Amino acid sequence: MVTVVYFARLREALGKPSEQLALPVDVRDLAGLRRFLMSRGGAWSDELAGGKPVRAAVNQNMAQGDTPIHDGDEVAFFPPVTGG
Amino acid sequence: MGVRVQTQDFDTGREIALLRQDNPQVGAVAAFVGVVRDMNDGSAVAGMTLEHYAGMTEKAIAEIIEQAKARWKIFDVLVVHRIGQLKPLDQIVLVVVSSAHRGDAFAACEFVMDYLKTQAPFWKKEQTPEGARWVESRASDDIAAERWRRKG
Repeated sequence: MVTVVYFARLREALGKPSEQLALPVDVRDLAGLRRFLMSRGGAWSDELAGGKPVRAAVNQNMAQGDTPIHDGDEVAFFPPVTGG
Repeated sequence: MGVRVQTQDFDTGREIALLRQDNPQVGAVAAFVGVVRDMNDGSAVAGMTLEHYAGMTEKAIAEIIEQAKARWKIFDVLVVHRIGQLKPLDQIVLVVVSSAHRGDAFAACEFVMDYLKTQAPFWKKEQTPEGARWVESRASDDIAAERWRRKG
Protein backbone atom coordinates (compact mmCIF):
# COMPACT_ATOMS: atom_id res chain seq x y z
CA MET A 1 0.00 0.00 0.00
CA VAL A 2 1.05 3.58 -0.59
CA THR A 3 -0.41 6.69 0.99
CA VAL A 4 -1.20 9.43 -1.51
CA VAL A 5 -1.91 12.95 -0.24
CA TYR A 6 -3.24 15.96 -2.13
CA PHE A 7 -2.98 19.64 -1.30
CA ALA A 8 -4.54 22.98 -2.20
CA ARG A 9 -6.12 23.09 -5.69
CA LEU A 10 -5.68 19.33 -6.17
CA ARG A 11 -7.25 18.44 -2.83
CA GLU A 12 -10.34 20.48 -3.69
CA ALA A 13 -10.64 19.30 -7.29
CA LEU A 14 -10.08 15.62 -6.45
CA GLY A 15 -12.41 15.78 -3.46
CA LYS A 16 -10.13 14.09 -0.94
CA PRO A 17 -7.10 15.00 1.16
CA SER A 18 -5.56 11.52 1.03
CA GLU A 19 -6.08 7.88 0.18
CA GLN A 20 -4.44 4.50 0.63
CA LEU A 21 -4.01 2.42 -2.46
CA ALA A 22 -2.48 -0.87 -3.44
CA LEU A 23 0.40 -0.14 -5.78
CA PRO A 24 -0.42 -1.53 -9.23
CA VAL A 25 2.25 -4.02 -10.30
CA ASP A 26 3.30 -1.95 -13.32
CA VAL A 27 3.82 1.25 -11.31
CA ARG A 28 7.48 1.69 -10.45
CA ASP A 29 7.97 5.44 -10.35
CA LEU A 30 6.20 8.73 -9.79
CA ALA A 31 5.31 9.15 -13.47
CA GLY A 32 3.74 5.68 -13.45
CA LEU A 33 1.63 6.47 -10.40
CA ARG A 34 0.53 9.74 -11.97
CA ARG A 35 -0.56 7.91 -15.14
CA PHE A 36 -2.47 5.38 -13.04
CA LEU A 37 -4.34 8.17 -11.21
CA MET A 38 -5.05 10.00 -14.50
CA SER A 39 -6.67 6.85 -15.86
CA ARG A 40 -9.53 7.40 -13.39
CA GLY A 41 -10.68 10.17 -15.76
CA GLY A 42 -12.70 13.27 -14.90
CA ALA A 43 -11.02 15.61 -12.42
CA TRP A 44 -8.10 13.16 -12.11
CA SER A 45 -7.28 13.55 -15.75
CA ASP A 46 -7.96 17.31 -15.71
CA GLU A 47 -5.64 17.93 -12.79
CA LEU A 48 -2.82 15.51 -13.57
CA ALA A 49 -2.58 15.37 -17.39
CA GLY A 50 -0.12 18.26 -17.49
CA GLY A 51 -2.31 21.18 -18.52
CA LYS A 52 -2.08 22.55 -15.00
CA PRO A 53 1.15 22.81 -13.05
CA VAL A 54 1.68 19.91 -10.64
CA ARG A 55 4.56 19.17 -8.29
CA ALA A 56 5.12 16.03 -6.25
CA ALA A 57 6.99 14.69 -3.26
CA VAL A 58 7.93 11.16 -2.25
CA ASN A 59 8.39 10.59 1.49
CA GLN A 60 8.31 14.36 1.94
CA ASN A 61 11.14 15.12 -0.48
CA MET A 62 10.51 16.98 -3.73
CA ALA A 63 10.43 14.34 -6.49
CA GLN A 64 10.59 13.97 -10.28
CA GLY A 65 8.86 11.61 -12.71
CA ASP A 66 11.65 9.04 -12.47
CA THR A 67 11.67 8.98 -8.65
CA PRO A 68 11.03 5.31 -7.65
CA ILE A 69 7.89 4.42 -5.69
CA HIS A 70 7.89 1.53 -3.24
CA ASP A 71 5.33 -0.11 -1.02
CA GLY A 72 4.89 1.94 2.15
CA ASP A 73 5.86 5.27 0.56
CA GLU A 74 4.00 8.50 1.11
CA VAL A 75 3.44 10.31 -2.18
CA ALA A 76 2.09 13.86 -2.41
CA PHE A 77 0.71 15.79 -5.39
CA PHE A 78 0.24 19.57 -5.18
CA PRO A 79 0.47 22.82 -7.15
CA PRO A 80 3.70 24.86 -7.15
CA VAL A 81 4.17 26.26 -3.64
CA THR A 82 3.10 29.82 -2.76
CA GLY A 83 4.20 30.45 0.81
CA GLY A 84 6.21 33.29 2.29
CA MET B 1 18.17 26.69 14.62
CA GLY B 2 14.44 26.82 14.80
CA VAL B 3 11.50 26.20 12.50
CA ARG B 4 7.97 26.93 13.69
CA VAL B 5 4.69 26.69 11.81
CA GLN B 6 1.87 28.25 13.80
CA THR B 7 -1.50 29.98 13.59
CA GLN B 8 -0.65 32.64 16.16
CA ASP B 9 1.19 35.90 15.47
CA PHE B 10 4.87 36.42 16.37
CA ASP B 11 6.84 39.19 18.09
CA THR B 12 9.91 39.96 15.99
CA GLY B 13 11.71 41.85 18.76
CA ARG B 14 11.28 38.98 21.16
CA GLU B 15 12.42 36.41 18.60
CA ILE B 16 15.56 38.45 17.81
CA ALA B 17 16.35 38.79 21.50
CA LEU B 18 15.97 35.04 22.04
CA LEU B 19 18.06 34.15 18.99
CA ARG B 20 21.08 36.19 20.03
CA GLN B 21 20.91 35.88 23.81
CA ASP B 22 24.00 34.57 25.55
CA ASN B 23 26.12 34.76 22.39
CA PRO B 24 28.53 37.72 22.58
CA GLN B 25 30.06 36.70 19.23
CA VAL B 26 26.96 37.94 17.41
CA GLY B 27 27.63 41.27 15.73
CA ALA B 28 24.75 41.33 13.26
CA VAL B 29 21.16 40.17 13.10
CA ALA B 30 19.16 40.37 9.86
CA ALA B 31 15.40 39.87 9.93
CA PHE B 32 12.79 39.66 7.18
CA VAL B 33 9.06 39.94 7.83
CA GLY B 34 6.52 39.09 5.12
CA VAL B 35 3.05 40.60 5.54
CA VAL B 36 -0.35 40.27 3.84
CA ARG B 37 -1.07 42.93 1.18
CA ASP B 38 -4.60 44.13 0.40
CA MET B 39 -4.03 43.76 -3.36
CA ASN B 40 -2.71 40.96 -5.58
CA ASP B 41 -2.81 40.45 -9.35
CA GLY B 42 -5.23 43.35 -9.78
CA SER B 43 -7.78 42.22 -7.18
CA ALA B 44 -8.57 43.49 -3.71
CA VAL B 45 -7.67 40.84 -1.15
CA ALA B 46 -9.95 40.66 1.89
CA GLY B 47 -8.00 37.81 3.45
CA MET B 48 -6.26 34.54 2.78
CA THR B 49 -6.06 31.00 4.09
CA LEU B 50 -2.67 29.31 4.25
CA GLU B 51 -2.32 25.54 4.25
CA HIS B 52 0.83 23.43 4.38
CA TYR B 53 2.15 19.88 4.23
CA ALA B 54 2.82 19.16 7.90
CA GLY B 55 6.10 17.33 8.33
CA MET B 56 7.51 18.13 4.91
CA THR B 57 7.35 21.86 5.63
CA GLU B 58 9.56 21.62 8.70
CA LYS B 59 11.93 19.24 6.92
CA ALA B 60 12.20 21.42 3.80
CA ILE B 61 12.92 24.58 5.80
CA ALA B 62 15.47 22.77 7.99
CA GLU B 63 17.29 21.68 4.82
CA ILE B 64 17.29 25.26 3.50
CA ILE B 65 18.78 26.45 6.80
CA GLU B 66 21.48 23.76 6.60
CA GLN B 67 22.39 24.96 3.10
CA ALA B 68 22.63 28.54 4.36
CA LYS B 69 24.86 27.43 7.26
CA ALA B 70 27.16 25.60 4.84
CA ARG B 71 27.41 28.65 2.63
CA TRP B 72 27.80 31.61 5.01
CA LYS B 73 29.38 32.18 8.41
CA ILE B 74 26.23 32.42 10.47
CA PHE B 75 25.42 31.39 14.02
CA ASP B 76 21.72 30.75 14.08
CA VAL B 77 18.57 30.92 11.97
CA LEU B 78 14.92 31.08 12.97
CA VAL B 79 11.99 30.69 10.59
CA VAL B 80 8.42 31.24 11.79
CA HIS B 81 5.61 30.77 9.25
CA ARG B 82 1.94 31.26 9.98
CA ILE B 83 -0.92 29.13 8.65
CA GLY B 84 -4.70 29.44 8.78
CA GLN B 85 -6.78 32.55 8.19
CA LEU B 86 -4.91 35.85 7.74
CA LYS B 87 -5.99 39.34 6.68
CA PRO B 88 -4.24 42.38 5.21
CA LEU B 89 -1.64 43.90 7.59
CA ASP B 90 -1.10 40.52 9.30
CA GLN B 91 2.42 39.12 9.49
CA ILE B 92 2.93 35.85 7.56
CA VAL B 93 6.59 34.89 7.83
CA LEU B 94 9.69 35.76 9.84
CA VAL B 95 13.29 34.87 9.01
CA VAL B 96 16.02 35.87 11.49
CA VAL B 97 19.74 35.22 10.97
CA SER B 98 22.56 36.00 13.39
CA SER B 99 26.23 36.27 12.43
CA ALA B 100 29.41 38.12 13.34
CA HIS B 101 29.11 40.54 10.43
CA ARG B 102 26.21 41.99 8.44
CA GLY B 103 27.21 40.67 5.00
CA ASP B 104 26.67 37.03 5.93
CA ALA B 105 23.46 37.83 7.84
CA PHE B 106 21.90 39.79 4.96
CA ALA B 107 22.85 37.23 2.32
CA ALA B 108 21.74 34.19 4.32
CA CYS B 109 18.44 35.84 5.26
CA GLU B 110 17.63 36.59 1.61
CA PHE B 111 18.73 33.09 0.54
CA VAL B 112 16.50 31.38 3.12
CA MET B 113 13.52 33.51 2.08
CA ASP B 114 14.08 32.95 -1.66
CA TYR B 115 14.34 29.19 -1.19
CA LEU B 116 11.37 29.07 1.17
CA LYS B 117 9.24 30.71 -1.54
CA THR B 118 9.99 27.92 -4.02
CA GLN B 119 10.67 24.85 -1.83
CA ALA B 120 8.55 24.99 1.32
CA PRO B 121 5.11 23.39 0.83
CA PHE B 122 2.72 26.22 1.70
CA TRP B 123 -0.26 27.31 -0.40
CA LYS B 124 -2.30 30.51 -0.20
CA LYS B 125 -5.96 30.84 -1.08
CA GLU B 126 -7.11 34.46 -1.35
CA GLN B 127 -10.57 35.83 -0.77
CA THR B 128 -11.34 38.52 -3.38
CA PRO B 129 -14.54 40.30 -4.56
CA GLU B 130 -14.58 37.79 -7.49
CA GLY B 131 -14.48 34.84 -5.08
CA ALA B 132 -11.80 32.68 -3.51
CA ARG B 133 -8.81 31.71 -5.66
CA TRP B 134 -5.59 29.76 -5.19
CA VAL B 135 -2.56 32.00 -5.57
CA GLU B 136 -0.41 30.93 -8.52
CA SER B 137 3.35 30.68 -8.22
CA ARG B 138 5.40 33.46 -9.79
CA ALA B 139 8.20 33.00 -12.29
CA SER B 140 10.03 35.82 -10.46
CA ASP B 141 10.24 33.61 -7.36
CA ASP B 142 11.90 30.81 -9.35
CA ILE B 143 14.33 33.34 -10.83
CA ALA B 144 15.16 34.70 -7.36
CA ALA B 145 15.99 31.19 -6.11
CA GLU B 146 17.88 30.25 -9.29
CA ARG B 147 20.13 33.31 -8.93
CA TRP B 148 21.72 31.73 -5.80
CA ARG B 149 22.59 28.58 -7.76
CA ARG B 150 24.34 30.66 -10.41
CA LYS B 151 26.38 32.42 -7.74
CA GLY B 152 27.72 28.93 -6.94
